[in-house]
Amino acid sequence: MTFALFLKVLFSAIEQGTPLLYATLGAIITERSGVLNLGVEGMMIVAAFAGFFGLHLTGNPWLGLLAAGIAAAFMGSLHGVVCLVFQGNQVVSGLALTILGLGLADFLGAPYIGTVTKGFNPIALPWLSSLPVLGPVLFTHDVLVYISFLLAPAAWFVLTRTRWGLALCATGENPQAVAAAGLSPLAWRWVGIVVGGFLIGCGGGYLSLASSHEWTHSISAGRGWIAIALVIFSFWRPGRAVLGAYLFCGVSAFQLRLQSAGVLQIPTWLLDMFPYLLTLLVLLLSSARGKGRAAPKALGVNLEPGA
Amino acid sequence: MRTWKVTRRTEPLGWGSFLLFIMAFGISLAISGFLLFLQGKPGLGGILLLLEGGFGHGYSLEDTFLKAIPIFLCAAGVAVCFRMQVWNIGVEGQYVMGAAGATWVVLTFPDAPMWAMLPAMGIGAMVAGGLWASLPALLRLYAHMNEIISSLMLNYIALVILQRLVYGPWKDPDGAGFPHTMVFPDPAVIGTFLGRIHYGLLACLVCGLGLVFFLKRTRLGFEVTVGGENATAARYAGMPYARLVLFVFVVCGALAGLAGGIETSAVLHRLSMNISVGYGYTAIVVAWLARLRVGRIALFAFLLAGLRVGVENLQLELGVPAAFAGMMEGCILLTVLAAQFFDNYALRRVQAQPAAAGQKGAGA
Repeated sequence: MTFALFLKVLFSAIEQGTPLLYATLGAIITERSGVLNLGVEGMMIVAAFAGFFGLHLTGNPWLGLLAAGIAAAFMGSLHGVVCLVFQGNQVVSGLALTILGLGLADFLGAPYIGTVTKGFNPIALPWLSSLPVLGPVLFTHDVLVYISFLLAPAAWFVLTRTRWGLALCATGENPQAVAAAGLSPLAWRWVGIVVGGFLIGCGGGYLSLASSHEWTHSISAGRGWIAIALVIFSFWRPGRAVLGAYLFCGVSAFQLRLQSAGVLQIPTWLLDMFPYLLTLLVLLLSSARGKGRAAPKALGVNLEPGA
Repeated sequence: MRTWKVTRRTEPLGWGSFLLFIMAFGISLAISGFLLFLQGKPGLGGILLLLEGGFGHGYSLEDTFLKAIPIFLCAAGVAVCFRMQVWNIGVEGQYVMGAAGATWVVLTFPDAPMWAMLPAMGIGAMVAGGLWASLPALLRLYAHMNEIISSLMLNYIALVILQRLVYGPWKDPDGAGFPHTMVFPDPAVIGTFLGRIHYGLLACLVCGLGLVFFLKRTRLGFEVTVGGENATAARYAGMPYARLVLFVFVVCGALAGLAGGIETSAVLHRLSMNISVGYGYTAIVVAWLARLRVGRIALFAFLLAGLRVGVENLQLELGVPAAFAGMMEGCILLTVLAAQFFDNYALRRVQAQPAAAGQKGAGA
């Protein structure tokens, strides 16, 4: 493998890994507060539509992104109402959210299929993009990619180094202790759902605002589920989410490059399976148990009402 | 000063539970109607058209019955898994693999007589579905892999396999290049007995009754329910928890596979991509609405099958996309999940403690 190929693969890994990174970071924040969210796929696709629609109406991609974030945060809030207020089963509520979201996006989006918009375009950052070797690979993307570069360290810092982050994570580990400390576990779970939902929405919005500038049917294509698998792979840590998202898309991009260069002759049906097989592999790699790898202890466990 | 307080119910809600469902269902219909209205279509009229399309005529009732058959079988399987808190959401893939299993029998022994063909197809379907379902079970047991994601990924993979089969080795040589198998010979087609309703309904009856007997009257069925309520207790009681997980997955896969086999034989008469229309996901909704009880699954399978037929009617009359059905199903499941809160909890007006009253007052 030549170094040039490696750089090309890295470039695609960042480009395609960004929506996954946003969604994975969002899901990590939600799950760290103890709320299991299997609705990521539904939230992403609704956000993708909201992003497209916001851009279509206003012509401003930033308003599109805002619409995407708010739409997913709203979808997450439905999950919150069912699980936090009405004590519904978190697994089933998340699945319901995915079923609802996939239906809703295709229903609302049907009249707009094939509509082309102007979303975010790549901007080469002055000075940084002319750095040798890595400059063009890292700094010739669209602005959402640059934000994601800052977002992952920010998420790490907030979750592990601030009082807010510690309260959120403690709610996912031991809500009784949080209540005993005079904080409201319920409120922190809402924070997890809304903030995480907004980021998941940015990931969904990326698909219709930056990855493609056109609204298409089934635009999320299972990425929400891949993000959930990456949450497990990352052991609920933002740093490993970066590794997971880029590695996942890097392997996909590498395999596509080999295919198009004629090095590998893989039948197309096997290629179609590739992302799903890779997700299984990702899960397999992260399933070995060890210290610091466990899910938040109260993940998926509802808070008793009226307590 | 009096405030509301949430307390745990000591007695079951009984018929109130049914009333709650009607309310949740009504709210979902209202939301769906509102969405139609937002798209410039008649809201109330659309919902009435939907209900009429699903349940209003003999013809539409036949359609509803036809769709209810695979949904019932899949949902019965889902219920067995969910009872044990095993979250198998790979039913769609197991259903597709079942259809492929039945088709393999037909394509391999095209000249078999009906008495051998249909049972062999049924077995082929159940084995294929069961084997496919055993994959996430084994991955969970031996690799500690989360079965929710693995079973879902296997849905996508099953669809690619189906695509490969109907575009490749199983493609009808006389089919003008269309991606489907040859039409099944007559002995491989399940007959009808009432209008277009086929004998697959009998399979539902047999499987349903068998499942009720299994869950209520056998030791293994009891273990499945207990295993779900408390995995630790089940292990202490010496139950083979790992084998139970594999067992419920395989039972679910076999039922879903049978549904797929019946659907190809009785409705499509051939294997094509049209086999996969999301019954496996509807089945999850049905199983939970029915609170995992087999009798109620029959009822809810019929109801949601009717919604699907009704949406097809809306598609024709108002140009509403088929995705509307999925949206409604998600909406119904969410509202019902919320409503089920009142099965377990009651809101009572109580005399508030002075301190608490102060806090509430500040909050309000």
